[in-house]
Formats: sequence, C-alpha cells, structure tokens
Amino acid sequence: MSLLVVSGLSIRYGGNAVVSDISFVIEAGESVGIVGESGSGKSQTALALLGLLPGQAQVSGSIQLGGVEIVGAPERVLNRLRARRIGIVFQDPMQALNPYLRIGKQVRQILLQHGLSTGDEVDGRVVEMLRRVGLPDPEQQFRAYPHQLSGGMRQRVMLASALIAEPDLLIADEPTTALDVTVQAQILELLEDIRDNTALLLITHDLGIVAGHCERMLVFEQGRLVDAGATTSLFASPGHAHTKALIDAAPRIDRGAFPPEIKAGTILSVEAAQVSYEIDGHEQRAVSDVGLSLRSGETLAIVGESGSGKSSLVRAILGLIPMRSGLVVYAGEPLAGPVEARSIAQRRDFQLVYQDPVAALNPQLRVQNIVVEPLSVHEPALSFDERRDRVIAILKKVGLDEHYLRRYPHQLSGGQAQRVAIARALILEPKVLVCDEAVAALDGSARAQVLDLLRTVQMESGLSIIFISHDLAVVRAISHRVLVMYMGRLVELANVEKLFTRPQHPYTRVLLDAVPVPDPVAVIKAAPLKGEGASLRSPPSGCVFHPRCAYAQEICSERAPLPRDVGGSRVACHRADEIEL
Amino acid sequence: MNLHRNRSVAVSGGILLFVTLLAIVAPWISPHEYLSTDFSRILSAPALTNMQFFGTDDLGRDLFVRTMLGIRVTLLVAVVASLVSLVIGVTYGAIAGYVGGRVDAAMMRFVDTLYALPFIFLVILLMVAFERNFLLIFVAIGAINWLDMARIVRGQTLSLREREFVEAARLIGVSTPRIIFRHIAPNMMGIIVVYVTLTIPQAILVESFLSFLGLGVQEPQTSLGALVDAGVNQMEGASWMLLIPATLLAGILMCFNFLGDGLRDVFDARRTT
Repeated sequence: MSLLVVSGLSIRYGGNAVVSDISFVIEAGESVGIVGESGSGKSQTALALLGLLPGQAQVSGSIQLGGVEIVGAPERVLNRLRARRIGIVFQDPMQALNPYLRIGKQVRQILLQHGLSTGDEVDGRVVEMLRRVGLPDPEQQFRAYPHQLSGGMRQRVMLASALIAEPDLLIADEPTTALDVTVQAQILELLEDIRDNTALLLITHDLGIVAGHCERMLVFEQGRLVDAGATTSLFASPGHAHTKALIDAAPRIDRGAFPPEIKAGTILSVEAAQVSYEIDGHEQRAVSDVGLSLRSGETLAIVGESGSGKSSLVRAILGLIPMRSGLVVYAGEPLAGPVEARSIAQRRDFQLVYQDPVAALNPQLRVQNIVVEPLSVHEPALSFDERRDRVIAILKKVGLDEHYLRRYPHQLSGGQAQRVAIARALILEPKVLVCDEAVAALDGSARAQVLDLLRTVQMESGLSIIFISHDLAVVRAISHRVLVMYMGRLVELANVEKLFTRPQHPYTRVLLDAVPVPDPVAVIKAAPLKGEGASLRSPPSGCVFHPRCAYAQEICSERAPLPRDVGGSRVACHRADEIEL
Repeated sequence: MNLHRNRSVAVSGGILLFVTLLAIVAPWISPHEYLSTDFSRILSAPALTNMQFFGTDDLGRDLFVRTMLGIRVTLLVAVVASLVSLVIGVTYGAIAGYVGGRVDAAMMRFVDTLYALPFIFLVILLMVAFERNFLLIFVAIGAINWLDMARIVRGQTLSLREREFVEAARLIGVSTPRIIFRHIAPNMMGIIVVYVTLTIPQAILVESFLSFLGLGVQEPQTSLGALVDAGVNQMEGASWMLLIPATLLAGILMCFNFLGDGLRDVFDARRTT
C-alpha cells in the first residue's frame, strides 16, 4: 500500500479556490518535489497534509497516510500523526523555533510527547541527533538558544526535530530559500544523507533543487496539478506547457551566451571604500578597502553571501549610509558623502531599485503619484499634462498601461510593483541604476520579464547598472563584469565569461559549484563548502577565507592578500597563479 | 474604507452623532431657557408634559435644556483639546523621530520632564491663581494629552523612517518636510485617528473632574461634570439630578471607547488585506 494517498483534495476560502481537485500518491521512502510559482497552492497542500490549515479553510477530498484519514480528523488523531509520522521543515527556522527555549529542550519535547523515550536516555538521543545533522559540538549547542545559532544551524536543528521521531514522511517547504547558496548546498546534501527510509516531499520554486534531489515531481499551476512524472523524463519532455515554461524561465548557470564586454569610459569609480557599523560599542567592518569602476553602459554585478557587505557598499556609494573612508568619483568629480550634500544634478543621475517592491512603494500613494514624484522634485516647471504624459510614457516602457495609474501598491502583483519601482527610478533618465536583489522576490516569468526590461533600457539609453545579487544564474545572464565579495572584502573582479569559465579564486569556484542546475542529467555535484563564515566581529587573521579554503597554506593565515591581476582578472589570493581550479 | 462593516463603529458613531445633534437642536425647540428659574416648580420630577423630560433642579431650572447645554460644552472641550494635542503632538513627535540624534534626545527629554510634573495639581493651581477661564481648560487638557501623542508618533516615525520607500524618497531628493508630511504622516493616520478617539474620553474625564471640583465651567454655564456635581448635593431628594447626567456621561465615554476600538480594527483589517 502507498504511504500517502491524496485524492480529490480541494481547499477553498469563502468563494476562493486555492487548491482544486488534486490527487497524487507518495510511496514509502521516495522523494517527490512539488514545484510551482507563488500562489500555485503548494504550501496550502503541505499544510493540509498536516491538518494545519486555518479554521476558515473549507477542505474536501481525502488525504490518507498509511490508511489513516487526515481530512476532518480530530485534533487528537492529528497530534499522534504530527512529528511521529509526518515531520515538517519550514522556510524560516527562526519563526518555527521557540526563541525562549533552549534547542535541546525543543527537540527533546518531541520524544517525550510521543512517549518514544524516557528519563535518562532522552538527552543522549537528542545529542546524537544533533550530531547527525552536523551541529558542531552538540553537547554544548544542546543548551544554546535559537538566536545564538546561524540561519543554517537553525535549519539543521529544525531538521533534527523533524526527523528524531523517525517519521514516515518528511515535508520540507522551501527549506533553503532563506539560506545562502553554500549553506543551501550543505542542507540539501544533509537532507539526502540523513533521511534513511523517510519519504521526502520537497516544496520549492527552484527547479534546480528538484532536478538534483527528487525522483519524481509534481507541477502546480493556480491550484491545479498540471503535470506529474519522473523528474528525468519531465525535464526531457514536459507533459504540460506550464512545465515547459517553468523550465525555460529558470535561469541556468551552465548555458546561454555571455553578454559581450563593454569597452567604454569609466563613469563611476570607487577607491578603498570602508564602511563600518558600531554594534555594542564594537566597531564592525562591513566593507574593507573595496575598489571598483563602472563603465558607461555596462552592468556590473556584485555577488556575495549575506554579510559579504555588498549592500553596505552600494548604500555608501549612494550616500545613504556614511563611508568611513574612501573616495567616490562620478564623471570626473568626487561625490560628497551623504546624499543630502550632493548637488541636485548629481542626485538625479543615481537611482535605486529594491528587492521588495511592496516595501519600496509608499502604500498610501497611487501609482501615478509614486511615479511622478521624481519629476515634481527635479522638474517643478512642468505642467500637469506634461507630467502626466511623462508618467504614462514611462509606465508604457516598463510594460504597464494607463489602467494602473490609479491603483495602490497592494493592488499590484510582485512583478507589477517592481515595474512601478523601476518606472520611478527611470523617469528621470538616470545614468547609474543600482538594483539591490531586484529580481530575488519575483517568480520565474516575472523575473525574466524584468531582466529583459533592464537589458532593453540599457541598450536604448546607455544606462550603467550595478546589479547586486546572490543568484549567480541571474548574474550570468545580465552582467558584463562581476565583483565577488566575501566578508567585506573584494575576492575577485572579472569579466563575466572569465569568471564563470575560469574562476581564479577558490571562493568563486565554491560559489559556482553550489548553484543547483535545473537539469537532472547535467548534475555535477561538488562537495559543498564546509563550515560557516566567521563573525565580522572577530575576522580571521590574514586572508579571511583561509579557514574554509581547501588550498590554504601558512602564508594565508599570516598576511591578507592584496588584489592583483592574474590572467586578466583582479584576484585577492596569494596562490591564485599556482592553483588549478 | 470598510467603516460601515464594523458594527461597533457604526453603532457607537451613530449614537454619538445623534446625541450631538440633539444637544445642538433641543435647546432651541424647548420652551424653557437654561437660565430662567421657576420657583413654583423647584425639584419637580421628570415628566413627559411640557417638555420637562429631565425634571428641574433646586433653582427650578429646566434640566433637559441644561443637560443638553452641558453635553455641548463637554464635547466641545473634549474635541478642541484633542485637536490641540493632535497638532502639537504629531508635529513634535514626527520632527523628533525623523531628525533623530541629539535633536530627538533633547526634544524627548523635554517631554520626559513635563511628564514628571503633577499636571492636575498644576492645573488646579492655575485655575485658582487666574480667573476660571474657559480657554484655560482647553489649554490645560491639551497640554496633558499631547505628551502621549508625541511619544506614539515619534515611535512610529522612527520605524517608518527606516522603511525603503522613505529611503527611496531621500534618494530622489524629496525635501524633509515633504517626506514627513507626504510619506511618513499618512502611514500613521490609522494609529493617530484611533488614538485621538481614545484621548477624547480622557479629556471628558479631566473636564468633568475639574468641574466636579468646582474648578471647571462656571455657573450659569454648565457641563456634564458640573451637573453631576450639582446632582450629588441633591442625591437624596432628587435622584434624577445625579442619575441623568451621570448616565449620559458614562454612555458618551463608552461610545468613544467603542469607537476607538472599532476604528483600530478597521485600520488593522485594511493593513492585512
């Protein structure tokens, strides 16, 4: 008999169907991926499997786990199933862990609650489980509070509590979306190693993860199950147009033409930028001696994991936060530090697009008032009609028509809101556009459209773009040159083709290898990077990357490497010209 | 706006509107004057004849008309005092929160200092020292209430100013006053409106308290607090003199509190949908 049988599952909220007539089966021990864009009903389905939907949800159909019906089951029955037979890992481990309980206690509760262990041996089992999920020094960490752990470690704790009762089914809902790419690779590998005979239901928007980790996949679109089958065969010949669209829209790190190099004069240069924050009386250096130059009409990507200082660097360049030292030169003239001290002409040349478009738009203003504001400030002489025409023209350019003028931000989808934010940034025809993770929050199709839009504008108007991203597949598709940062330092700065085909720094190599490829056949798995980034509070001596570097030698812990030219790239590594990556 | 969907807002707002209109219109319609005394009808009980719904007081004045006048005064004092606190508090708090740093520290220490003063005591001293001035009541109550408003607005501003749409406005070059009044203030509207509807009952209570002590509105003018005070003196013989204004006072207070709670729900709902 199959482990999980879902048949005719529908979920409605009032008159709103979020899941319609879904049926699928999971066999014991197999791994199944659910993919779909946001709003496709994948998370609602996961919650239904656990009986965790809110009270106003109307659920019909049947969900049977090992013959026990879950739909409409009383709480008493559900409580026996949860953790004992179904484990769950959510996207954000900080939300899922109780901040007031030591982690050992939280994991232990599960064993005690279900009567799986008693008295003396329970702590031993918890410590053993924490060791298996790769928590360093589990006897000590047993007593840690969730906030004392990093995001990756917290997700390991979640995994430990989901698996300690040896459930038959593990549901992982976007388990690595909030994590850095190297940590994601660690967690995914762990997930595969540790689950033994537990079946896995992995919910994700990232086709690369499904391709690498699931035997079968289910494709959701707007609450319907549109395609299902073995991962390899669906990737080879999609059974539904939506599957094909998802696969085609997924940016790939391993194929596609590189944007050609732009040979033009420098429009913006930054020398020896330093940014530091004071935290609890300690000075923490977020950015140390980073220099870069931006050519006119090119896209320069800045990549790095969280804490690498990429956002701090561009915010300091824009004058939104103070730069401790360093020099920013724009069009031959040094720029004043704070944005308020810059001339009005300089200010109109720099614009910023944020990651979360909804947070970047004033919720109380209509689209027309949001987009017109830069004009009101910089060209107050314009008449009402002229302004209105300019707003309509720029909205048309980003692909929105006049109907959107009177909408409020909350009436827009994520992709539409991001277009409005881009329209606001472009209406003054700036020279430099900074995109801070501008497509990270968007679904596949919306992301592709926004990237196309940026490319088109750049071709037409010679806009220079600084593109901050943690997603290397996107970076590969849009940027001409790439700057890699690690713990506030420049690691490598190179032409995009050179960086992706012949990386010179060991960290760049690790980053490239950690990106999941949406192709079950082409998967080449390199061992994920071990360990975690050190704290900015006490950075390692010498090269900050040396404790995690496979090529580190004595010199690496003694002296910090200065950026130098190796094979046409700028690299900060003592051994760049000796090692073969 | 889904104001009409919230029952407590609709009911309490409706009652308040009705009472306010009645207080404005009724004294014109009634044949009695609030001043005129009729010694033949001292302390006569409420009756439906001759429009003596609430009876008369110990000087033979018609209580219905006097109560309506009292409601006028009470509501006027409360609303004006709340508006005073609204204007001062929002401006002060938004400036302190947005400018931040030392300006913020200095401005908020000033507020702390004012908090430390025993305000009611101070007001009583003022009332005794100067004439019992109608205007002084507005100032006194407003001066107490703006402190809370300033603190609330400052806190909201501190968090709003870190939001990305405010940063985007800075980057565009929008001037500071425009950022405060166009980007920050409208996003606090919900909490400000709710807070104002909750300060109105506070102001009513302070006014009643002062009037009860004989320090508020002066005879022959009256307010609900003054009427309750007069009613207490006649409690044994003419209980209606206490019960009617006291009940109305409590009812109005309850309506404002329900209105505030209801508005809070309305604005919360708008945020989540």
